[in-house]
Amino acid sequence: MKMPKIIQFIVLSLLAYLFFKAPGFLLGKPIPESLIFMYMFFVVITILLVMTSTEKGTKELFSPIRALVEDPSKRLIRNVVFAVLPLIAIYFTYNAVKPSLEPPVELRATHPAPPATIKAYDKTFDLATLENPYRRLEKEDPAQFRQFVGEGGVIYFRNCFYCHGDKLDGKGHYAQGLNPLPLPFQGKDTIAQLQESYVFWRVVKGGPGLPKEGSPAISSMPAWENMLTEDEVWKAILFIYDYTGNVPRSWGKK
Amino acid sequence: MSTSALNLFGRKVFLILLFAFSFLCVSISFDGSRNISFAAETAITEPVQGSSVTGDSVKQANPPAPKLKAQDYPKIKGVNGRVAVWLAAQMHLWFAAFVLAVPIFVFIIEAIGMATKDKRYDEMAYEFIRVSLTAYSITAVTGGLLLLSLIVFYPDLMKYLSSIFGPTMLLYALFFFVESAALYIYYYGWHSMDKGYKKWAHLGVGLLLNGAGTTLMFIANAWVTFMMSPAGVDIAGSFDGNIWHAVHNHLWNPMNLHRFIANIAYGGSIVGAYAAYKFLSARTMEQRAHYDWMGYTANLIAIGALLPLPFAGYWLTAEIYAYSQQMGITLMGGVFAWLFIIQAVLIGALFLAANYYLWCGLERSEGGQRYTKYIKYIAFVIMVCFLIWFTPHSLILKPYEAKALGGQYHPYLGPLGIMPAKNTAVNIMLLFTFLSFLLYRRANKIAAVSWAKYGNAAQGAIFTAAIVNIIYLGVYYGYFTNTVYKVASSVPQVMSTLAVIILCSVIDFFMFSGAKEASPHRWGRMPDRSQYALFLIAVSFTWLMGLMGFVRSAIRQHWHVYSVMRDTSPDAYTPTIGYAANVVSVGTIIFMAIVIFIFWLSQMSTENKYGAADE
Repeated sequence: MKMPKIIQFIVLSLLAYLFFKAPGFLLGKPIPESLIFMYMFFVVITILLVMTSTEKGTKELFSPIRALVEDPSKRLIRNVVFAVLPLIAIYFTYNAVKPSLEPPVELRATHPAPPATIKAYDKTFDLATLENPYRRLEKEDPAQFRQFVGEGGVIYFRNCFYCHGDKLDGKGHYAQGLNPLPLPFQGKDTIAQLQESYVFWRVVKGGPGLPKEGSPAISSMPAWENMLTEDEVWKAILFIYDYTGNVPRSWGKK
Repeated sequence: MSTSALNLFGRKVFLILLFAFSFLCVSISFDGSRNISFAAETAITEPVQGSSVTGDSVKQANPPAPKLKAQDYPKIKGVNGRVAVWLAAQMHLWFAAFVLAVPIFVFIIEAIGMATKDKRYDEMAYEFIRVSLTAYSITAVTGGLLLLSLIVFYPDLMKYLSSIFGPTMLLYALFFFVESAALYIYYYGWHSMDKGYKKWAHLGVGLLLNGAGTTLMFIANAWVTFMMSPAGVDIAGSFDGNIWHAVHNHLWNPMNLHRFIANIAYGGSIVGAYAAYKFLSARTMEQRAHYDWMGYTANLIAIGALLPLPFAGYWLTAEIYAYSQQMGITLMGGVFAWLFIIQAVLIGALFLAANYYLWCGLERSEGGQRYTKYIKYIAFVIMVCFLIWFTPHSLILKPYEAKALGGQYHPYLGPLGIMPAKNTAVNIMLLFTFLSFLLYRRANKIAAVSWAKYGNAAQGAIFTAAIVNIIYLGVYYGYFTNTVYKVASSVPQVMSTLAVIILCSVIDFFMFSGAKEASPHRWGRMPDRSQYALFLIAVSFTWLMGLMGFVRSAIRQHWHVYSVMRDTSPDAYTPTIGYAANVVSVGTIIFMAIVIFIFWLSQMSTENKYGAADE
């Protein structure tokens, strides 16, 4: 027996909802509710569009609703539905407006826009043209480059790994004590998106050096210009790209 | 020509003269003030070296950009200067986009009508241009409004810009005259120039109209892009004297291309909405059929122009990023990133609406029912692409979600939040929209050629190869190589999509030449609900242009001219996304209300004709 269209519609919508909930239930990595809301909105719209793309489909989908409203023999079920629907609306409205102890959702710019120039180490750095002075050694003198990467590793494990982790995954010993959490460097969607000049600015200036524009932007990062030399910062940057297998963003084939 | 038509013509000429006159006055007055300030500057900084003023000495004499104070910005009680200029600029841009676009496809449709000798094309082209004529007057009015509000609220900025662009402003006024003259000859001469060599002359006027309109847009684009990526000036804003340097700045060409294509898509969508309005209010089957056909054609133009638009937009964005990392990150990774998610949602809605319109169109012919079973598969692919298209990288998280994920990025969805995934999704979305069109196109036809089976197989193979290639390019170059290849791989992705569209169209053309008719194609046999898809497309386009226009302008942040002339007015802050969205939404409502008014006016002017026909 063919399933009525309206039941198909409900079943498909529920299946989609369960699919989006699955990463949270099964793997402990929930898709945020804000995103599931957006996903479900367009899934439901798409199902509706497909079902109403033909006259026959439209009639099949809406005929039970029409019958519910117009058919005298469905009086009892009509009254039940008309009583239950407002109750459902009341339930959702109440849940939406009732006071909650949950802290509000935090909105912040994860990647604040960098300033055109920064001042550090008694110099002015132009972030539009700034490059890692050791990057060219990758091709020109690979042995020297490996040595600097190694030195960068030492700097990283003496200074950065407490928060960013020994796997550079943002899960260092102190990570859970910080808000916001330290960023991971693993994955193709983190530092691979950034130019080295940007990373240099974030390391050197940290949270205190975040720009006023494009706020809210917060960071738990200290300003490392007070603790590391310029040279050490560049070597640490070499290391974090090298260890994670990422390549810094650039605009020309080097 | 009737008396009412003459009156209407006179009113329009008056409006145009008023607008052009105000422009000329402003340009001349600013030009004069520039000379005075040059002279003053020279007197202070340059010793007079005889009477021979060399190019170099003029170059040195050009003043820097003014350093303004809060009191340099005039105030009018009860009026927010920034919002006034913002709304006036946006209104002008919407109407200008519409009136620049319509003549482009009117010209093409008229040419098709001449080639096929099908009067329907000619009539439709005439109706299109009639719709745009009223909008043309409003474009002039909003242009005047924008100019006056800029002079009132930002006089020093206008003075500085006209000290550089003065000659192009005069050129703008000149081309405005040319465009106006060409438009009125084109419209009012439509029926008197409809035969023989006169028809060719008429088409020539259409070409002139389009040439003038496009030139106008390019000139205005130079001013706008100069404010984002100034060129031809030094770090203090002193002009080097070569106006071409200032015009041909870093973002000029990407902006020209993006706006040119977007205008065509936008014009098509507004005319599509007009056709939907007329379809829904039609009294006879004949009218219904006519406006169904008109809506279909307008939608085809809109979606045809929409196909290459994401790539033009991507080029513009990549150039913004390449010009300034700061502007680039502000645009897509920083404060405006969530407006890009809204953009993605609206563009996805556009694609869904366009596909829905095509799916509904399958029922125009009984033969179309052969293909309705494929709709659910196409919809599924488009929906999946759509969800990837708008998945953000930085998520809005509740505290328990942030704790479970251990950071701002989702371990599984994170890779979908960056451009390689988006480019892959949008290319596949485009291909399946094209598939909907191919199915629609063959709804009432049965191929008569002996090689039809092989033709279908070839089309299937081309689609499959392109999809595999697009996914491979997106995944491999997007995630396993460095960013130079990542950005560069978007080009072969686009080429794959375009290759499918061109090759499959050619195969389809030959395969269905001399095809048998499966059943008659009945224009007008469309459900009313399909017409709301056309309205949705027009509103989405309008809203999108407003939101993205704000972002494009706002990435300059506290600069009038980026890094050269600072905005020191009390409004020199970036408004919240919610506030900006409200302003743009109010603008969209006002614009759509005026557009409906224009449709209503058009309805009045044709009512008698149809009334007589009804009787």
